[in-house]
Amino acid sequence: MNFTLHIWRQKGPQDEGRMVTYDARDISPDMSFLEMLDVLNQELITKGEEPIAFDSDCREGICGSCCLMINGVPHGPERGVATCQTYMRVFEDGQEIYVEPWRARAFPLVKDLIVDRSALDRIIQAGGFVSVNTGGAPDGNAVLVPKTHAERAMDAAACIGCGACVAACKNASAMLFTAAKVAHLALLPQGQPERRRRVRNMVEQMDREGFGNCTNYYECEAACPKEISVNFIAQLNREYLAACLDGSDE
Amino acid sequence: MKLDPRVPSGPLAQKWERHRFEMKLVNPANKRKFRILVVGTGLAGASAAASLAELGYNVESFCFQDSPRRAHSIAAQGGINAAKNYQNDGDSIRRLFYDTIKGGDFRSREANVFRLAQISVNIIDQCVAQGVPFAREYGGQLSNRSFGGAQVSRTFYCRGQTGQQLLLGAYQAMCRQIRAGRIHMHPRTEMLDLVVVEGRARGIVVRDLVSGQLQSYSGDAVILATGGYSTVFYLSTNAKGCNVTAAYRAYKRGAAFANPCFTQIHPTCIPVSGEHQSKLTLMSESLRNDGRIWVPKEPGDRRPPNEIPEEDRDYFLERKYPSYGNLAPRDIASRAAKEVCDEGRGVGPNGRGVYLDFADAIRRLGEPVIRERYGELFPMYQRITGEDALKQPMRIYPAPHYTMGGLWVDYNLMSTIPGLFVLGEANFSDHGANRLGASALMQGLADGYFIVPYTLSDYLASTKQTPAPTDGPEFKRCEAEVRERIARLLSIKGKRSAQSFHRQLGKLMWDQCGMARSEQSLKKALNEIPAIREEFWNNLCVTGREQELNQELEYAGRVADFLEFAELLCYDALDRDESCGAHFRIEHQTPDGEAERNDEKYAYVSAWEYTGVGKAPILHKEMLEFEEVHPSVRSYK
Repeated sequence: MNFTLHIWRQKGPQDEGRMVTYDARDISPDMSFLEMLDVLNQELITKGEEPIAFDSDCREGICGSCCLMINGVPHGPERGVATCQTYMRVFEDGQEIYVEPWRARAFPLVKDLIVDRSALDRIIQAGGFVSVNTGGAPDGNAVLVPKTHAERAMDAAACIGCGACVAACKNASAMLFTAAKVAHLALLPQGQPERRRRVRNMVEQMDREGFGNCTNYYECEAACPKEISVNFIAQLNREYLAACLDGSDE
Repeated sequence: MKLDPRVPSGPLAQKWERHRFEMKLVNPANKRKFRILVVGTGLAGASAAASLAELGYNVESFCFQDSPRRAHSIAAQGGINAAKNYQNDGDSIRRLFYDTIKGGDFRSREANVFRLAQISVNIIDQCVAQGVPFAREYGGQLSNRSFGGAQVSRTFYCRGQTGQQLLLGAYQAMCRQIRAGRIHMHPRTEMLDLVVVEGRARGIVVRDLVSGQLQSYSGDAVILATGGYSTVFYLSTNAKGCNVTAAYRAYKRGAAFANPCFTQIHPTCIPVSGEHQSKLTLMSESLRNDGRIWVPKEPGDRRPPNEIPEEDRDYFLERKYPSYGNLAPRDIASRAAKEVCDEGRGVGPNGRGVYLDFADAIRRLGEPVIRERYGELFPMYQRITGEDALKQPMRIYPAPHYTMGGLWVDYNLMSTIPGLFVLGEANFSDHGANRLGASALMQGLADGYFIVPYTLSDYLASTKQTPAPTDGPEFKRCEAEVRERIARLLSIKGKRSAQSFHRQLGKLMWDQCGMARSEQSLKKALNEIPAIREEFWNNLCVTGREQELNQELEYAGRVADFLEFAELLCYDALDRDESCGAHFRIEHQTPDGEAERNDEKYAYVSAWEYTGVGKAPILHKEMLEFEEVHPSVRSYK
């Protein structure tokens, strides 16, 4: 297969970026999108040109490192997969493909297709945990958890923190990301003691980082490689409202 | 170099408890005066960083990824073992201990493994308390499944994402401490050297991967939790970024490297599809519960699988191991697959593959049951290969997956350099010559949550150290060496990329030192590696500059270390003139092709001491003594 690639190149945060056109020749349909870029990079290196910088690590859709906007869609055309699990056979031979970084004010560009997503880490640092020290935990079966709650908590906890939800949203909102963690912990008994503080602190941090708010377009759900449901955003809103009304743990 | 395993005296079951009492403590008010450097944020590193910060230590944590949540522990699918015996099916600490020792083919230290089994139960409690969403029964209790050939159900799991959920639990515990100011997190930062001052590990030299700046950090102790080295084979199930650099640089500074030749090959991975391939994807081992593995009887039979009649098929695992059949352990199943492919009976475009066929199970149980039982796996296989495994058999082939070898550590998880602790896959300690399924997560978390907080305190309380400022001569010397090496990599300006050398080395290692090894193949590898290394240092092309984000430069440094480390691996495989666990020397097999262990000569841990690039390392032996279990022949017939 052959493709015409238009790829965002930018040396650093202060430099001006632009789309550069490359030809990708003799690409096997069995290659992943990132392997196709690997092949292109090898060609660039042998020509003495700088390869295209992009993040990736596990290459099996779970670490959340890879983050490419492919033809305007985070992670590319296939639903429910990360960039690294997008295979070239989903494209048409001869197709033009536009590759850009995630774009959001809270994700400053680092180089080429790499952005800084540490704002997501800071949202978790604001409260996305259970305050329990190592040691002294009761027996694992001491607190029973209804299977349906555990399953729903797992649905939310499946988030890989890639930021596709932010990139897909015209408000660059991180509500789906934040909601996934708030809901995961709110659904479990272990998350109850800090339930109110947690949601208040995480939402405040989210605002501070410059993420927008949800206006119900649901692009985030469509782009999420783990297909996390926007129903969790509804739950986040309920949790936040309840926390604001109930100041008892402040 | 002297190897002192420091195993406490007394009966096996009481060693850890006794040791915990005997170890010295650091006064709570003094803990904040100590600074601990933790490299790596996988299960072992993250759990150690969080636990030490909770105790009050000042922790500096480093990872090369953009966030600590991305370490490769996240990709573990199956589960985590613990001797809870919630199922009332006969499990116990002693049974988990015994299974692990036997699974490791009697090449691990009894005391360490027993402690691991003891601690396993605390890990589950800790993770539940953190909010890890383990699978549950309708009554609300934790659910278990059997795994990896164990006869009891002791594996806890979160769907197929157990590693992810356990890692996020530890990551969140870290986040809490980062917020509290007790952990300083350094993402996108790679450790490039260990600084030893007056014989003790006192710091590290790192490169900020965004700015390219070199920086030194000084501390009272250094913890390496930097994972395994399967990517020495280029293609493996590990992440692209996994590397041996941190561990190898510590080895070059005097830490012994133990059992590097114990590398586990996982039998059920998707076969290589072409030259472009960057990594191999694991298909959960659980598929072997319902799939039947076969190849054509005749070499060169290229008919599509559905046209090959029953009488022309060889279900080779069922034939060779009637009682375990398709569920034979990882090392045995992998070797059998290699053997039939070597005979020319392999399937798929390049002949390196065997069928894993669900047709019988679908006939027996119906397609919906199989589809439901394996959830994501069939769609994932189809996404990668473009084939529907419900209509035609899956193709699988073994791939490098986990490394049992690692830096040598004593019972306290301290290396031969005082003050350098090594945790998780990066050390050699618990899995012997072969790791059982669902035991890697257990070991990483045991080391980080429950062992190193005690043993590190003991070290700090019993050691008098003066400050080691980063402008001291040892730091300056290390920094200069790292800088010089980077400059060298950039100055070659040759014609070949780091990847092409990595691929060449990986192929050599896989062919000569992979699933089967011989004196001849190992000597061939030892002969060829220096030549590749020589060309690397004369014909490497690294684009870009030092003072910027430069992924080629990062990669070149890691490949340079693999080009030295690969030799060490082969030396170890050559010395170990026996077959045991994952290490199979073709000279040592029974007439029907089974591994032959030699306890008389090789019941030891090989700990290697660095002597210089291209020079043979010095072997030190830690003899293994078995008080509780009697080494026996592993038979799965």
